[in-house]
Amino acid sequence: MTARNSRVALIWVIAILIAIAAPWAFYNYSTGRQSGFVVGMLSQMGLMAILALSYNMLLGQAGLFSLCHATFFGIGGYATIHFLTMAGNGTLPIPLELVPFLSGLSGLGLAIVFGFMAAKQRATAFAMITLGIGELMTTAALMFQHFFGGEGGVKSDRMIGHSLFALKYASGIQVYYLIVAWTVISALAMFYLTRTPLGRMANATRDNFERAQFIGYDPRTVRLMQFALSGFFAGIGGGLYAITYEIVTFDALAAPLSANALLMAYIGGSAVFGGPVLGAVLITLLQSGVSLMSNSWLVYVGVLFICMVIFAPNGIMGLVMAHQPIARAGKMRLLLLPYVRVLIPGLLLLFGFVGLVELTSFLTIGAAQGKSLVLYGRKIDVNTVMPWAISAVALLVGGAWLRIEARAFQRVWEKLMTELMPARVAA
Amino acid sequence: MEVVLITLLNGLVYGMLLFMLASGLTLIFSMMGVLNFAHASIYMIGAYLAYTVSKFVGFFPALIIAPILCGLIGAAIEVWGLRRVHHNGHIAELLFTFGLVFIVQRGVQMVWGMLPMAYRVPPSLDFPLFTLYGGNFPAYRGFMLLVSAAMLLGTWVLLKKTRIGLIIQAALTHPQMVSALGHNVPRVFTIVFAGGCLLAGLAGVIGGNYQTTEPGMADAMGPIVFVVVVFGGLGSLSGCFIASIVMGLIQTIAVVVNYSLNDLIRPLGFTISGDNLLAEILTVPVARIGALLPFAMMILILLFRPRGLLGTRDT
Repeated sequence: MTARNSRVALIWVIAILIAIAAPWAFYNYSTGRQSGFVVGMLSQMGLMAILALSYNMLLGQAGLFSLCHATFFGIGGYATIHFLTMAGNGTLPIPLELVPFLSGLSGLGLAIVFGFMAAKQRATAFAMITLGIGELMTTAALMFQHFFGGEGGVKSDRMIGHSLFALKYASGIQVYYLIVAWTVISALAMFYLTRTPLGRMANATRDNFERAQFIGYDPRTVRLMQFALSGFFAGIGGGLYAITYEIVTFDALAAPLSANALLMAYIGGSAVFGGPVLGAVLITLLQSGVSLMSNSWLVYVGVLFICMVIFAPNGIMGLVMAHQPIARAGKMRLLLLPYVRVLIPGLLLLFGFVGLVELTSFLTIGAAQGKSLVLYGRKIDVNTVMPWAISAVALLVGGAWLRIEARAFQRVWEKLMTELMPARVAA
Repeated sequence: MEVVLITLLNGLVYGMLLFMLASGLTLIFSMMGVLNFAHASIYMIGAYLAYTVSKFVGFFPALIIAPILCGLIGAAIEVWGLRRVHHNGHIAELLFTFGLVFIVQRGVQMVWGMLPMAYRVPPSLDFPLFTLYGGNFPAYRGFMLLVSAAMLLGTWVLLKKTRIGLIIQAALTHPQMVSALGHNVPRVFTIVFAGGCLLAGLAGVIGGNYQTTEPGMADAMGPIVFVVVVFGGLGSLSGCFIASIVMGLIQTIAVVVNYSLNDLIRPLGFTISGDNLLAEILTVPVARIGALLPFAMMILILLFRPRGLLGTRDT
């Protein structure tokens, strides 16, 4: 194991330790209870991390843009509800800890079926076919009562009284640790998969599918296998979702969740294995944090996403990785001043943008809810000109200023890079 | 009988509306290789803009102004957005338009609110055109047919009979050669993208008061339009036309058919009863699963003809 590998492994171990310790940081000692909100949010992060990682098996590793990933997550969830009911009345003797494996198998089964249709194509056609599959399943879920329960969804009880460790899973914290355990297992398995010939061939068909064909692999088979396996892991995530919430409705397989999987994997960084986890944590935080404060959080996510597509196609992890050669040369402090100089107009731009978005959305949505607008810690009257003018000026000045500073930053960056290039080649 | 005729006409109206959306999508796709996910969002913007413009100047000027505004929005998206991500490959372009969907979705709610708009059929067209066996056919639907037929004719003439149409057709298949002949291919791209958005906007103007103008309309229309484009064959305009009409007819006819699979196999001597998933699938009447049919048909055609009805190429 090289020094780099062991450092990456260390980061993973630290991340797992943080995940284990996190609920206790919000432990309420006076009542002797966990904070329900925090445990709920952390559980959601775990579920989304599995979803995003399994999605990245397609987007990042095989270059496939799927729009029906939630289908397999959802089918895992629905199946798990039925498994739980069966386990509860004794027809399925299985401990709760192993139920997610069955959920994964149901995701795998459906992914094989749909994979046969979708894997014939790639790129754009693949995206459209998966869109159709996703819509088909969503409509079917609303229509058929028996398996999907129609609009009301299906419910069950996770306390089936059968556990490997004699746990009852009555409290959220026990379920959270089950999620952590399965997330770690799934992440390890998915990481191992990237090192297998299948993972390598998936990369090859992503980069140049004609050459991959010449080596003697059928890209269709590779795509099918990758699709099926990512369905397996998504199913595990869905199973954990069903165990956590004990109810699964069509939301679990509908298009918004598929879109979320894409956003998380892409914003986190699809080129790096751990990127989607970062994306899952970040988006879940945004979702539960910003959506409490603002009606229009989707606008922010959308704008963030588009900015990432234009300026940082490798996501946040890609940005971090780009700094590696500079950090190794010990020249990070040279970037400090340029960063501060970009940050100031950037914040100004953000201030103006958030102001305008909030003002506009308040006029239509917020006012109808009969609230008053509180922005940046003070009450604001939307019908006066001042807040609009300040936001617009901040947006324009910030934008123009940022353009100038960004150019200056680019010059510094490129100078550093050309300085470091020879060093990299020599090493 | 009267049900059949009226249903056929309604199916035709809906199919032409689908074609107005799908044709722009197909043109953009076959030229730039970009699947514009935001196409249905432009359709929604078209409806909202038409509502706002028609409040000030009336419906008929809005019929012209709103699509032009949509075309301008399209041009802006192409010049400032798509062109910048072009060098990152097709996936990046797809993702870009995908992000636009979110922004338009919430942006529309921010500007116009969450409630449906009171965008109505103009009074001058609000009368029954003719009565067939006691069933009315509204004049507005006739007008929709007229507009979409005019648009079909206009697009055909533009593509086949004019110089710019020739250049567009050439740029579809041989962009390098067209560029070498001294034509500005990126500008042709912008024109096509703007033109597609203009058509989507036009569909929004006449579709907004046919359906309802509300923030969910893009989500309702988007998947169907994509199904139409895949079904007809990616990049084939005539396939797209056939697929639109077929989908329009199927969706409207399905609503009035009250048979199920069970009725189909009953003459063979099978009867299905019981309380399980299979029985439910077999006994559900077609009328209830109308929304499912387009997707099922898409999957069927992909199984037997992966290129779609008249598609000539893989992606």
